[in-house]
Amino acid sequence: MSDDDIRIGVFVCHCGTNIGGVLDISELTEYSKTLPNVVYSADNLYTCSEVGLSEIRENIKEHDLNRVIVASCSPRTHEPLFRSTCQEAGLNPYLFEMVNIRDQDSWVHMKEPEKGTEKAKDLIRMGVYKAALLESLEKMQVGVIPSAIVIGGGIAGMNAALNLANQNFKVSLIEKDSELGGLLRHLNKVYPTNEDASIILETRNLVENHKKIDLYKSAVIEKIEGYVGNFKVIILQNKKTLEIEAGAIIVATGAKALSPEGYYNYNGKTIISQLELEGILKENKINTNNITMIQCVGCRNEERKYCSNICCMTALKNAILIKEQNPDANVNIIFRDIQTQGVTYEEYYRRAREMGILFIKYLPEKPPIIKKDRIEVYNEFMNQVIGIPYDLVVLSMPLIANEDSEQLAKMLKVPLEENNFFLEAHVKLRPVDFATDGIFVCGSAHWPADISESISQSNAAASRASTIISKEMLEVEGSTAEVNTDLCVGCEACIKICPYSAISKDEETDTVVVNKVVCKGCGVCGASCPHNAITIHHFTSDQIIAEIVTYGGGE
Amino acid sequence: MVFEPKILGFLCNWCSYAGADLAGVSRIQYPTNVRVIRVMCSGRVDPVFIAEAFMNGIDGVLVLGCHLGDCHYINGNYEAELKMKMLSKTLSMINFSDRVRLDWVSAAEGARFAQIVSDFTEHIRKLGPSPVKNKKVKKEIIDNLNAVKFALCDTRLRALVARQRELTTDGNVYGEIIPTEEFEEILDNAIENEIIRHKILEKIKNKGKSVPDIAKEIEIEPHKVLRHIVTLRARGLVDVDQINEEIPTFISIKEV
Repeated sequence: MSDDDIRIGVFVCHCGTNIGGVLDISELTEYSKTLPNVVYSADNLYTCSEVGLSEIRENIKEHDLNRVIVASCSPRTHEPLFRSTCQEAGLNPYLFEMVNIRDQDSWVHMKEPEKGTEKAKDLIRMGVYKAALLESLEKMQVGVIPSAIVIGGGIAGMNAALNLANQNFKVSLIEKDSELGGLLRHLNKVYPTNEDASIILETRNLVENHKKIDLYKSAVIEKIEGYVGNFKVIILQNKKTLEIEAGAIIVATGAKALSPEGYYNYNGKTIISQLELEGILKENKINTNNITMIQCVGCRNEERKYCSNICCMTALKNAILIKEQNPDANVNIIFRDIQTQGVTYEEYYRRAREMGILFIKYLPEKPPIIKKDRIEVYNEFMNQVIGIPYDLVVLSMPLIANEDSEQLAKMLKVPLEENNFFLEAHVKLRPVDFATDGIFVCGSAHWPADISESISQSNAAASRASTIISKEMLEVEGSTAEVNTDLCVGCEACIKICPYSAISKDEETDTVVVNKVVCKGCGVCGASCPHNAITIHHFTSDQIIAEIVTYGGGE
Repeated sequence: MVFEPKILGFLCNWCSYAGADLAGVSRIQYPTNVRVIRVMCSGRVDPVFIAEAFMNGIDGVLVLGCHLGDCHYINGNYEAELKMKMLSKTLSMINFSDRVRLDWVSAAEGARFAQIVSDFTEHIRKLGPSPVKNKKVKKEIIDNLNAVKFALCDTRLRALVARQRELTTDGNVYGEIIPTEEFEEILDNAIENEIIRHKILEKIKNKGKSVPDIAKEIEIEPHKVLRHIVTLRARGLVDVDQINEEIPTFISIKEV
């Protein structure tokens, strides 16, 4: 297509008064008309309304537009809508460009409308120069294997597997232990109902007897290959290598409790961890009268900044259980902040108080000290150190990420956060998704979660996975990297740099090739290629430099 | 009149661009000087883009990505960090490194984004307009920036940066890990060499010159100049022009 053929339409949005109340919209519309290749420019009260959208469609036809620019809000929220509007009018959706003059202009320069308008002019001009270089791109179609793999057979993994299996999908559940159940196996009772953990563990029977679930116990994951719709997981079980295929993967590997070794003179006898207390309570072996629990041991500090989420409720549960068995027992909880959010948990906390469990706050800079016969703790309200006699001290240890999470994350090509828990794509909007398509997370693998949270998350992950494996074909993003084989010398720098292993060597031509289904279009390879042989579609160097030049040059 | 700097911001789609949107949603006001180019990942920002920005009269460039460890693309921001370190080394040779800043803004940090923009705008305001805009020194500055761009486009330098993480953490094909300090030294040398090579090319653009003459003009020892000439010849950028009394003169044979 020659330069003369480029016909750009610019639609400037008032967004009611959101933009129109600050920036001079008519000036922007007129200015747009002066820019190269712009053949049509108009303003809309709300471009995203049905009226605005049909105006885009009509003008694409009437003015034979082959590029569309909307200057309005953020592409992060509205680009999909405008793209599909363009597509409805027969225009390739990648020939659409969005200019953000609301979130990053009128809303942040409310007191400087003139300067804001000048900024919007620059931004629109940059958009116009980029738009002239946009290319049509096609989304790829890939087939889907209609089954899922769930990694981890704790309560989250078991529930996710059951959810999908009950929807009639084939599920492969991979567990590294010889038994299902995860941490739940070590628990006595569960809050807030105080029912036996074994009741919830009955899920195991459902999983083991489900026709649609293939169970792989004592299995180690060796390798994960493939991409959304077509994953291949290679496992080692009983010295045998097995290959499992699936369209989606759910990560439910859970977490483990931090070892109490080295904290507060832990000795495993008079000073034990909360998890060990569960075991003692299970066997009904508690025979002491003075019990004190210490919260936030080894977490919410410099080394481990996070709150482990489950320890407050766990301490309350065990304190209540002890009090129920022996109302004369003195049970104290030395805490930093008690976190019992919501209706039920707060009620549980009140119950503990009413039962006479004593709550003593400590300051992180003045932690309790365990002496031979008593615990000394500074109390801020009394401004003095108080001594508490004890027979048993219980340390509330946080849940920490499994050691193998790093290895698994590498194989899955998904990120971990700083504490090595799995990091979701978006904390609010995509809480169980990974940025990598087709892989989902639930339960304590994501961060410490209790049973009800694990179950909600596993249902969410299963439902997200089913949106993939219920389809016969999938569409994947068209804006990916492409190698110019004339320039590529096969140095393989990009192969090592690609976070998704989307690039491989073609031994025949001695150049590299990008797997467009795996590529996420991040562009790191393009910015790194020693020979400039990689084009990042939709964010090409030419397009970006055009934006830079027109911004710099346009006074 | 107060100097209003022209600032360009490269923002990654997932964290910093979302953070900038959040500043808007929260109506946090900040200076109007920055214009944003959205990229999917801060690792997409080719250092050449920034040289290009300076050559086009932009006063300052911000590159913002996700916090380290929070990259949407696993480790793209680590790559961005390596690239910006190399760029900063290169720009410091022509006194421009103060005009680029790499920082991290999460999707939840609208206020932080606004603060970074305000601080950086103020910083550039204090530095004053880019010397590219000063007619007296424009030619020299553009020459310098061209040298920087030449270095940033150099295959060897790009390959070094592209393999930095691999070479300093995983090791090369023989499993040898290069200590970071040693790597930095290699990088520093490579940058310096490319800048000198560009200077040499500039001097012999239209007229063949002998090694001693070039050495005098760019104030570098002749044997060093000769070594660069050999490299440039091997790259096909320089050839022998004439041989006068057994002394060859060299000329640039390709537009760079």
